[in-house]
Amino acid sequence: MTSFQDVLFRLKQYWAERGCVIQEPYDLEVGAGTMCPETFLRVLGPKPYRVAYVQPSRRPADGRYGENPNRLYKHWQLQVILKPAPDDVVDQYLESLEAIGIDLNKHDLKLEEDNWESPTLGAWGIGWQVMLDGLEITQFTYFQQCGGVDLELVPAELTYGLERLAAFLQGTESVYEIQWAPGVTYADVRLADEVQFSVYNFELADVPTLWQLFELHERECRRLLEAYSSYRDKQRFPVLAAYDHVLKCSHLFNLLDSRGAISVTERVAVIGRVRRLAVGVAQLWLEQQAREAA
Amino acid sequence: MKTHRFLLEIGTEEIPDWMIPPALEQLRGLFEQLLNSNSLSGTVICVDATPRRLVVQAQGLPERQPDSEETLTGPPKAAGDTAAAGFARKLGVPLTDLVTVETPKGEYFAYRKRIEGRPTVEILARELPGLIWNISWPKTMYWRRERERFIRPIRWVVALLDSRVVPFEVAGVASGNVTSGHRQLGRKRIRVTAANYEERLRANYVLVRAAERERKIREETEALLAVRGLHLRRDDALLQTLVYLTEYPTPLVGEFDRAYLDLPHEVLVTVMRHHQKYLSVEDAEGRLAPYFVAVMNMAGDPEGLVKAGNERVLRARFNDARFFWQTDQKKKLADRLHDLAQVTFQTDLGSYLDKTQRVVELVKKLGGNEYAQRAALLAKCDLTTEMVKEFTELQGVIGGLYAREQGEPEPVWRAIYEHYKPESMEDAIPSTPEGRLVSLADKLDTLQGCFRLGMIPSGSKDPFALRRAAQGVVKILVEGKLSLPVTELAGDLPELREFFLDRVRYYFREVRGFRYDEVNAVLAAGWDDLTDVESRLEAIRAVRPTANFEPLAASFKRIRNILRQAEYTGGAPVEPGLLEPGPETELYEAFDGLRSEVEARRREKQYRAALERIASLRPRVDLFFDKVLVNAPDERIRRNRLALLDGLLKEFSTIADFSEIVTEATNS
Repeated sequence: MTSFQDVLFRLKQYWAERGCVIQEPYDLEVGAGTMCPETFLRVLGPKPYRVAYVQPSRRPADGRYGENPNRLYKHWQLQVILKPAPDDVVDQYLESLEAIGIDLNKHDLKLEEDNWESPTLGAWGIGWQVMLDGLEITQFTYFQQCGGVDLELVPAELTYGLERLAAFLQGTESVYEIQWAPGVTYADVRLADEVQFSVYNFELADVPTLWQLFELHERECRRLLEAYSSYRDKQRFPVLAAYDHVLKCSHLFNLLDSRGAISVTERVAVIGRVRRLAVGVAQLWLEQQAREAA
Repeated sequence: MKTHRFLLEIGTEEIPDWMIPPALEQLRGLFEQLLNSNSLSGTVICVDATPRRLVVQAQGLPERQPDSEETLTGPPKAAGDTAAAGFARKLGVPLTDLVTVETPKGEYFAYRKRIEGRPTVEILARELPGLIWNISWPKTMYWRRERERFIRPIRWVVALLDSRVVPFEVAGVASGNVTSGHRQLGRKRIRVTAANYEERLRANYVLVRAAERERKIREETEALLAVRGLHLRRDDALLQTLVYLTEYPTPLVGEFDRAYLDLPHEVLVTVMRHHQKYLSVEDAEGRLAPYFVAVMNMAGDPEGLVKAGNERVLRARFNDARFFWQTDQKKKLADRLHDLAQVTFQTDLGSYLDKTQRVVELVKKLGGNEYAQRAALLAKCDLTTEMVKEFTELQGVIGGLYAREQGEPEPVWRAIYEHYKPESMEDAIPSTPEGRLVSLADKLDTLQGCFRLGMIPSGSKDPFALRRAAQGVVKILVEGKLSLPVTELAGDLPELREFFLDRVRYYFREVRGFRYDEVNAVLAAGWDDLTDVESRLEAIRAVRPTANFEPLAASFKRIRNILRQAEYTGGAPVEPGLLEPGPETELYEAFDGLRSEVEARRREKQYRAALERIASLRPRVDLFFDKVLVNAPDERIRRNRLALLDGLLKEFSTIADFSEIVTEATNS
């Protein structure tokens, strides 16, 4: 049986063989692999880049106390960025499925329109959800814009839903029954995580504290963005550190949302605040890139 | 003359299914235009597509354009032979090749230059790239540094005249004679000619023609279901989606546990249709059966793997739906009302709680009973349920189902259930008076609110779907037989009143099929009460074929013109003493005699009878125009005649303005 970790190993191996840097997960909370600097910042500018990494992605509002067989507060994505997208990118993707043991001659695969957009990141792209026997297994996106900037080299972003792929390969009805490693189930590894964080996210997270944290990170990020212009050695300026604070804000926003602390009207405004920070970081990053090239 | 068969195939990555049919229509137009503007003969055999290719096939294309001739005019004949010789030298032709031509300015030397037609292959090579870029799409992308925009990346192009390649390049792709088969089942590189294209692709599991794919799905599905005594729930829109999602469609029948049938069928069907693109299945009695039809983009599923996979996905989805249903029951709809304060309707129009309060007031004002008011109060509460958050397309329906579950009386739950109806021109209006009122009030509130803020739809911009809302209002008023004054419903907003008028015209013409001049005639006589408009239109339609009607309409038009030319402003009553005996007096007497009778019929809304009476005047009117001169020399007599005609026109234009009717006489 192909274990959860086998799927991971094989996909990483497959993409390493196709020139990808294999990265490890980013060490901050993110809602999706797209938010990691390895995607958000690397897709900007004229430098080609290929990278693949597993990213545990946290969506507090999706938590179900470990009781729903398909919904998770934190799920595992394999994120692949091919910048620029090669002409045969769809074929390469399909071969990656064969590499983890899916015989495409025996299954039904369709690319169905699904355009991706992240208002918080000022990013969007055109693409598909990949459906395998009626199950969405991957989001496939040609990035068009990131941080509000039109991209010079259009990257392909492949986001594999690893639990879904493993459940598909193993024929399990619940993610918790997935064999993570021989003799060890997904529940053994992750159930406590799901239960405890659901309790925290929905019940115990202190809303005033979260707002305070949000504002602290926002302020620190803004302070950095404003400090750039007067900082002498631009190449050394910590744009990446500023971006970490954007990620913190984004995650705190999600937490506040799952606590029901953000009304629909406020929502748009708070997204706008995070987006302004993200766009600011993207612009500084591009400027640093341009200086480096000059 | 030998002609050629033409093939263009634009090979792309998967195009969104719903964009394909409109793109094909454009492609046909663009190609026919290309042929015409280059004087190329030829006919389109088919314009077709799969998700990965847009195809044009044509036949009868010539080897080259026909030759043409251009006349170059030189000096006037009067300038003499030296000038002619100079002209011939400049063109580099012998003097003897010149001719003289007759022009409005006199005789001129001229040369008829023969222009040789260019080879078709050359013309196509030059024009096809432009044709490809000229297809417009709802949303495009770029994928190369050059930033050409198309719906999805172009990966190959086949362009052939018989077996000869029409050479050009688009987005870095050179045209050729190599196509590509089905992603899994076909070969990657297949050499084709214009003649064997479809057959080679079929052998590689691509059915180029949408009609053939549709037939395959239909026939195979019917066969699969027939053996189980089941049949398909007809769903043409979904079928079309599946046709354009597949290159080689094969249906399979899956099953689900009968226990899920306890969930509302609306939810089951929505999960299957919108989320999984499965067709629903009925048993012999027309009840939803625990089966579904999925359409694979494959040739078969011999091991049942695809079937098992789809069944597993559906099970998970149904479990979610069951979870939502159970969670939502923990909080009654009525207890969700104050939560609506947190749901924004529109920034300047407040929350859904604000909207709810306005709609309840409006329902009261429109005479809604207690049921209707209760339904209006609860109508939006389902927006806070898990089920509607997950399946937004079921808003209203879910509210109705929950209301029923929670013991609300039938008129209440049914009104909630149906209050978004009609969702399109084809959709029925709510089935109960309460539902109609709630739907009407909900739409009117949105329309009035948006129009008051100046958010008026223009062109294709209509983010709040106000056209659909207004169309819904019109449909409910007419088909629900609600005699409510439109002006009042428009909330004294002149732009909204105009907006309604447009929708009224559209409805009666396009949906009900009345002729445009009938609609104009009836609306010109007033349209505040739409049920009355409908009755008058039906009367006109009934009377129109009768012998007297159109000629009388022509006479009314004549009367209107006479009054306009005379700049007659009206006022004075007819003085019988000034009438000439004969046709004039007879017309007056007939008119006078008919007047009260017509008015009585009109008041009883017996429009057809009234119109028949009016039409019976025709011989008198004809005779009047035959024998009587309106523009009599005596001013008093003239004015009296104008008064007679004016009275006739005004009196008989309260049902419809006949002068708007386009008759053969007025048409010519």
